[in-house]
Amino acid sequence: MDLTSLFILAGLGAFHGLNPAMGWLFAVALGLQERSRAAVLRALPPIVLGHAGSVLATLALVSAARLAAPPRIVTYGVAALVAGFGVWRLLRRHRHRRTGMRVNAWQLAGWSFLMSTAHGAGLMVVPVTLHEGDGAAALASQSLVATATHALAMLATTAVVALVVYDRLGVAVLRRAWFNLDLAWAVALIGAGAFVALS
Amino acid sequence: MALIQPDPTFYPSAREAMLAPREELAYVALLDAAGGGRPDAIATVDLSDGSIAATLDMPVPGDELHHFGWNVCSAALCPYAPHPHVERRYLVVPGLRSSRIHILDVKDDPKRPRIVKTIKPETLFARTGYSRPHTVHCGTDAIYVSALGDVNGDAPGGVFTLDHDTFEPKGRWEVDRGPQELHYDFWWHLGHDTMITSEWATPNQIEPGPSLEMLAGRRYGHRLHVWDLVKRRHLQEIDLGDEHQMALELRPSHDPTKTHGFVNTVINVEDLSAAVFTWYLEDDVWKARKTITIPAEPAPAEALPEPLRQFGAVPPLATDISLSLDDRFLLISCWGTGELRAYDVSDPFAPRQTGSVRLGGIARRAAHPAAPGRSLNGGPQMVETSRDGRRVYFTNSLYRSWDDVFYPDGVSSWMVRVDVGEDGSLSLDESFFVDFAADGRRAHQIRLQGGDSSSDSYCFP
Repeated sequence: MDLTSLFILAGLGAFHGLNPAMGWLFAVALGLQERSRAAVLRALPPIVLGHAGSVLATLALVSAARLAAPPRIVTYGVAALVAGFGVWRLLRRHRHRRTGMRVNAWQLAGWSFLMSTAHGAGLMVVPVTLHEGDGAAALASQSLVATATHALAMLATTAVVALVVYDRLGVAVLRRAWFNLDLAWAVALIGAGAFVALS
Repeated sequence: MALIQPDPTFYPSAREAMLAPREELAYVALLDAAGGGRPDAIATVDLSDGSIAATLDMPVPGDELHHFGWNVCSAALCPYAPHPHVERRYLVVPGLRSSRIHILDVKDDPKRPRIVKTIKPETLFARTGYSRPHTVHCGTDAIYVSALGDVNGDAPGGVFTLDHDTFEPKGRWEVDRGPQELHYDFWWHLGHDTMITSEWATPNQIEPGPSLEMLAGRRYGHRLHVWDLVKRRHLQEIDLGDEHQMALELRPSHDPTKTHGFVNTVINVEDLSAAVFTWYLEDDVWKARKTITIPAEPAPAEALPEPLRQFGAVPPLATDISLSLDDRFLLISCWGTGELRAYDVSDPFAPRQTGSVRLGGIARRAAHPAAPGRSLNGGPQMVETSRDGRRVYFTNSLYRSWDDVFYPDGVSSWMVRVDVGEDGSLSLDESFFVDFAADGRRAHQIRLQGGDSSSDSYCFP
């Protein structure tokens, strides 16, 4: 993968790391609930691993498709999937549930996996990796490198934000700083789908 | 429409909600008791001068409006199910008798809400198996509503949910209800994924009016039920003692790291006193302990309605309570004796009375300073505290068929405001007296624009 692709993957990771709904807010809440900074830090690995799992699963599925089907079909299939997911995000409201505040590491990772998948985190990474790699080994290593780059950037961002909010800003900052990027994200997914189809 | 920033009335914590701007409007449920085919209404009260800005009649008579709540609230900021860019703009208003649920939109003209949707009783019955919807709380994933009974007006009552966006009933909430049969109020400790529910009686037992036979037989509810909020399973039953009849309003601490709360019991059949219990978590077991007792007040028989004459005393009848957002002051309505009491509950096991005001009452009929010559009936009943904890509002009607037994001359309805001092002292606001006598209907629950002390729940301390 070239440097540009790695930068894009890291940038997307940082973007997800900044999003309160992707996990740092949960980590801060768990820390506040236990009155413990260590609890904030403890929550971060499961959150990032769940997110990485969602991204890796998406890339693995696309890699499998690439090994099994002609490139043209995979390209249009991925384009339709990514853009279609963007349209779905645009039209549907989302409610996530079935976890609460008292979660263990596994539940936290599972929650993060579901949040990331519903968000389409992995789908946005697919277009970056679609035209590189050939053969099972290359695709596997590419998927791992892409996921690791994305996840490390997310971990760094989410850890910094969680600690700054926990230690200094306080959660009241949410009232002003929690911008609704749902529309922008849905449009970006549709754009990414179009980019895949046209490139 | 989704917002770009979170709804400005959402606060991550109760602590921050206390800094909210002062309330300007109140929505008040009005109940028609005359029975002449007039519908109930939601009144909008302008809190700057206590004038009734508007009343919105429901489409058909017979709803019996009682409690109501918002579509969304600060729980939308909870980290595990965030949806912060929705608007607090709809009031969910159940008809306790009709089982109809009206959805009111207050956004375009907050003084004049309009009805945008009505859920038919048949829909509620078919989807949930429940009837007589009562308490409404905006949850993290849905709107939660309690119901007093099943479709025939018998037990069990329970909780059902409404979809956040469409308001359609999603179904019965409980997966496993254990031994729970009776229902009244519910609320939760979000930080501990725990729901608490309380008990009044079945609709068929309540609707004809209060029953001395039920009381003497100790058949009204006297238990709390503890539930796993995520798994929707009954965990535990707490029996407060069957002498404490009617365990009603639940006020868990607003701080999600705390694990205690307060519930009022209306009447002790042994001595007519009222009580408040503190529930708490100890060694992973939920327990409750009586922490406030309010004794009955002796009164001459001729000042008492028929069922109370034999006792020569007025029971306080603690029918509602309100907990300030800092979890510091508990307000208790004594609808029988006509007294609103304030307690400092900083130590939840050792409440200390800090204030009292008297208005109405079965025997006293205490007047308001705005109309010193006019004896008032009814007494402090539905009580609501402003977010900053400085003002308390209350109305004077309990429940149609019960009003008429304790105040046989017919409750003439009003709403008043009380100022709360730094030390928890109470004083009636002499300039604020909303008189519903001209309207003729009876005021019940009050909801303050933007939120109040029983409208929101918080995931952050």
